[in-house]
Amino acid sequence: MMKSRNLTQTIAFAVLRAVTGVVVIPVVLVIYFLVSHGWHALSWHFLTSAPSGDLKNGGIFSPIVGTLYLVGCTIILALPLGLLSAIYLSEYAKPGPITRLVRLAIVNLAGVPSIVYGLFGYGVFCILLQLKECILAGSMTLALLILPVIIVASEEALSVVPHSFREAAMALGATKWQTTYRIVLPNAVPGILTGSILGISRAAGETAPILFTVAALYMPHLPRSIFDKAMVLPYHLFQISTQVPDCPPEIQWGTALTLLVIAVGMNVFSSILRVRFRKNRAW
Amino acid sequence: MRMRERIGTMNTKQLSRAGEFIIEKGIICCGVATIAIVLFIFIFLLNDALPIFKTNTLWQLISGRDWYPVPDEVFGMLPLILGSALVTVGAIVIGVPIAVASAIFIGEVATPRVRELLKPAVEVLAAIPSVVIGFIGLALLAPLLQKTMNLNTGQCALTGAIMLAFMSMPTIITISEDALHAVPQDYKAAAYALGATRWQTIIGVLVPAARSGILAGIMLGIGRAVGETMTVLMVTGNAAVMPTNIQSILAPVRTLTATIAAEMGETDRYGAHYPALFMVGAILFVITFTINLVADLALRQNRK
Repeated sequence: MMKSRNLTQTIAFAVLRAVTGVVVIPVVLVIYFLVSHGWHALSWHFLTSAPSGDLKNGGIFSPIVGTLYLVGCTIILALPLGLLSAIYLSEYAKPGPITRLVRLAIVNLAGVPSIVYGLFGYGVFCILLQLKECILAGSMTLALLILPVIIVASEEALSVVPHSFREAAMALGATKWQTTYRIVLPNAVPGILTGSILGISRAAGETAPILFTVAALYMPHLPRSIFDKAMVLPYHLFQISTQVPDCPPEIQWGTALTLLVIAVGMNVFSSILRVRFRKNRAW
Repeated sequence: MRMRERIGTMNTKQLSRAGEFIIEKGIICCGVATIAIVLFIFIFLLNDALPIFKTNTLWQLISGRDWYPVPDEVFGMLPLILGSALVTVGAIVIGVPIAVASAIFIGEVATPRVRELLKPAVEVLAAIPSVVIGFIGLALLAPLLQKTMNLNTGQCALTGAIMLAFMSMPTIITISEDALHAVPQDYKAAAYALGATRWQTIIGVLVPAARSGILAGIMLGIGRAVGETMTVLMVTGNAAVMPTNIQSILAPVRTLTATIAAEMGETDRYGAHYPALFMVGAILFVITFTINLVADLALRQNRK
């Protein structure tokens, strides 16, 4: 009896271990293939020259620059609103139906399919506000998409600041806003920073929301203002892997690897920072 | 003099009180803005979809078996709905057992050192952009399936389902693991005290106690799979044909999301195709909203 119970456990754990391998091994394989196939394509020339010859030659400089512009504008738009919402939830909101609704709205914003954001952004920013396809329209769309990421991360960062800090400030006569602005916020900066990097990494990898709001198939020059279209890395990869016949595989793999490094790299960077900050925290 | 000073300080005090009031109201507005955004997205989608009802009823749209937007303006969404359903069900059948088992392993069985290796791998999987996963599916999995299963094309529903299974796994694993972690330690201690093995404790006590959280994770994983666009657009072959039986999993399909992505760029703003695609978007919104609502309720249940 005792033996069979232990045997069952040994078998069950072995099965669980094997199944977990089914999740992890493909991840390792995918990264291995991307690196081994894409490595040869990555050169200084590839990263710093513009695509040419129907996207079959040249490098990916303009899509990289376009992506940087786009995510830069996105975070500028998303951070203030996201941060203020987080301050509301962490410092001002009282438990009740409104707060409950706000939380439900955030969960749902995070669950709306990215293509629906694209549709919405196209309809509102490009057509209704007559911005046409441009960096501003694209980054406003992406800002809505990463808003939940920013809010959740910032709220978490604000709420771990010890309650005694707030009480001490209040006892010294500070108002609610003074306490929040001078005491709570500075202590939450590391968490807000890592959350923002996470948001940027998310925005950099998204394709569906930018399909009709900003992405250009090809542009002979870099974007000149936020009212210009832009070539963007994920859209570029989509084009050269599905729409351009006979695109050389090394260009495809090189582009995929670059995008992976940017998106996953920032994600990992954010995790490392988080661990660092947690270790060095004063409380 | 003293009086003037007092008045001065009173003014700044009153001023700061007014400022405080404005700031507080501003922050509340920003907090409530998220509700407004969700409502606005839905109302806007519906508003732009309305013109489609001049020529079609809702029932015609949902049950129509033919999607020929150009040039016939026939908008039967059943093939798209079934396409999304087929790929999503496939992804869930493949992904859920694997994800839940991994969550149990990572959360309850693995040693801390192994756990510290596995968790980042799951995080990396979540961070890979969908267009890169689509590219991998196109470059590696589709040719592999075509060869091994002797198909006409590797770009079929099954390829999409496998890729989506992997994309929904991080969500399911993370939330299930949290749910297992949230089970009170007393439960475990009580089970051990009764002589249960670790495995008996996991399967007999922890998993049942965490079931609503695990269910919420599965729901959110389904939501992720239904809403995923680029990967399915790239690997499912994009043929708007009706999946008729189980064999259809080996044939090309087209999902709701991929239809919007593939067609929106070329529509006429004032034609019937534009509102039809917004209707597809509104349907997607309702589906994911419902899924998220149910998941949220389940999570609240779990916390209690």
